[in-house]
Amino acid sequence: MRDILNAKLGRRAVLGAGLAGVSMLAMPAVLRAQEKSLKVGVYGGFFKDSFDKNIFADFTKATGIAVESVAEPTGEAWLVQLEQAARAGAAPADVSMMSQVAILKGQANDLWAPLDAAKLPNSKNLIDRFINKYPDGRIAGIGAVSWYITLVTNTDVYKEAPTSWAALWDPANADKLGLLALVSNSFLLEVTAKTHLGGTNALDTDEGIIKALEKLAEVKPNVRLWYRDEAQFEQALKSGEIPMGQYYHDVTGLAAADGFPVRSTFPKEGGILDSGSWAVSRASEKTEEAHVFIDYMCQPAIQATLSRKVGTSPTVKRDLLDLTDQEFAAVSSDIEPIIPRYDLYQSKSDFLNQKWTEMIAG
Amino acid sequence: MRREPPQRLADYGPLFFPAGMLTVFFVVPFATMIAVSFFQREQGGFYQPAFVLDNYARFLSLFFGRVLGFSLMLAIAVAIACVVIGIPFTYLLSRTARKVQILWLVALLSILSLSEVMIGFAWSTLFSRTAGLTNLFVWLGLMAQPQALTPSFGAVMTAMTYQAFPYTVLVLYPALVRLDPTLTEAARTLGASPVKAFFTVVVPALRNTILATLIMVFIFALGSYLLPQLLGRPQHWTLSVLITDQAIYQSNMPFAAAMAVFLVLVTLGLVGLALYAGRQKEAA
Repeated sequence: MRDILNAKLGRRAVLGAGLAGVSMLAMPAVLRAQEKSLKVGVYGGFFKDSFDKNIFADFTKATGIAVESVAEPTGEAWLVQLEQAARAGAAPADVSMMSQVAILKGQANDLWAPLDAAKLPNSKNLIDRFINKYPDGRIAGIGAVSWYITLVTNTDVYKEAPTSWAALWDPANADKLGLLALVSNSFLLEVTAKTHLGGTNALDTDEGIIKALEKLAEVKPNVRLWYRDEAQFEQALKSGEIPMGQYYHDVTGLAAADGFPVRSTFPKEGGILDSGSWAVSRASEKTEEAHVFIDYMCQPAIQATLSRKVGTSPTVKRDLLDLTDQEFAAVSSDIEPIIPRYDLYQSKSDFLNQKWTEMIAG
Repeated sequence: MRREPPQRLADYGPLFFPAGMLTVFFVVPFATMIAVSFFQREQGGFYQPAFVLDNYARFLSLFFGRVLGFSLMLAIAVAIACVVIGIPFTYLLSRTARKVQILWLVALLSILSLSEVMIGFAWSTLFSRTAGLTNLFVWLGLMAQPQALTPSFGAVMTAMTYQAFPYTVLVLYPALVRLDPTLTEAARTLGASPVKAFFTVVVPALRNTILATLIMVFIFALGSYLLPQLLGRPQHWTLSVLITDQAIYQSNMPFAAAMAVFLVLVTLGLVGLALYAGRQKEAA
């Protein structure tokens, strides 16, 4: 004892120990990570911040599993990274939130570890369309969040809300529309098919796609802006410069709540319902924890929290939710939505892209 | 001090650093891009190393030909606009008091600190119906009601010229300041009007500088992809816009690379042609 007390402590040793101690305290996640942990990939920026703040901390409290959130790049870069890492036996994230097209592309390479429905009792809460399945029936992904793209208008310019997507074709709206510029994020082919061709099944054949494109080409004189940058359209919509178009329901609602003269309408043909799913990399060694996490996210209470705090549309059935009508209307609608034909963006992406670009730029 | 031609390997030493930089930051990325442009695109996935010509074949179509033609035309138009406005401006600037010159140059240089995004958004506001310049004209009684000037070709041209103008002045300025004033004085003594003296003496004396400026602005304008998107209609989108679409949104790297390689080759060809023509004229 005496010897220890008398042992000369070098200045460096003290500093070193102090630093180590401080950094341990500063990173409680590291301490917990020694027990149970999970790396979760979420779209960087707003989504990751919201999830960190509103979801992950509570999840750790409830389950004892520490979450390390990873910011995913947009586009398909993350899919490529996961794929290449999985080939090397590594997983940059155990669970990732993926777009529907990315889920399909991952399925083609067997990237996603099949999920066990028995370990996901809460998944029965989900609306059926939010369960991604391999062609042989194995579960590849589980719906994480969804969001609507709707028909938006400036209330100063349009006193009456439009009721149908057909407003896009109305000659009275010449040079007044702002639409998304890419075939793969505007989903306007589906809107055209549902509004004028009897449903999205009309896009099953190449001829059907061409027909939809020809019909869609008729809106060109009405389009003032084909936007890639959301901020550009949002600003023009608020000022009335471009008084009508397609935009995100949640963001438009937030802008209206801030007092801007904008409204979002669910047309009678339905809003466009896009979504992200949780999927587990086959290289992940934390499938147990991943199941716990995904099951946790399928609880109606968590989906309601997401709707209130992040503005996403719930993936679980309406009657299970404690959302008020007003809260539900802020993020969703009971009108049957237009579901994008994600399969086409996987199997015919180059054909669609080429024809689309020729249609709008030609 | 006389300059000796380099004798030993060590004499070439100072060249190694720039050569290394050029290799690392230009040759290697460009070679990678050429390699990728021959890779096999996999529609459902990404790409596989291979040697296929599909990506170039897809580009050789009337549609992409038109886009390429428009991009080149736009870049040439911007270059000419910059030079036509830039020469008289810089000429007049070079004859003002030093203080005024410094003030102008600082103001012009500050434009360079603005990003393309800011320039694009600023012009789209200036050209808008709700908050734009036409409101001023209405107030002055020149117009009956405000109207939107964007999206249009004119809006794209204006913003791109605005963006490239500081470079134009920076390249022209040293040559115009150094221009011997006795040349124009001689022309004036011999009876030429100031305008005639400008066109028959100043412009020809600056021929090489003008050519260099044209080429620089042309290449600068060719890479623009944000302004045509923000201020133009789809038919005003340049090839750079479509390259971005393919690379970022379609993850079709091979096709994007093939388009980029094609654009670089056409650019190099045009620049070579311009330089050759300039030299021929000088020799004549």
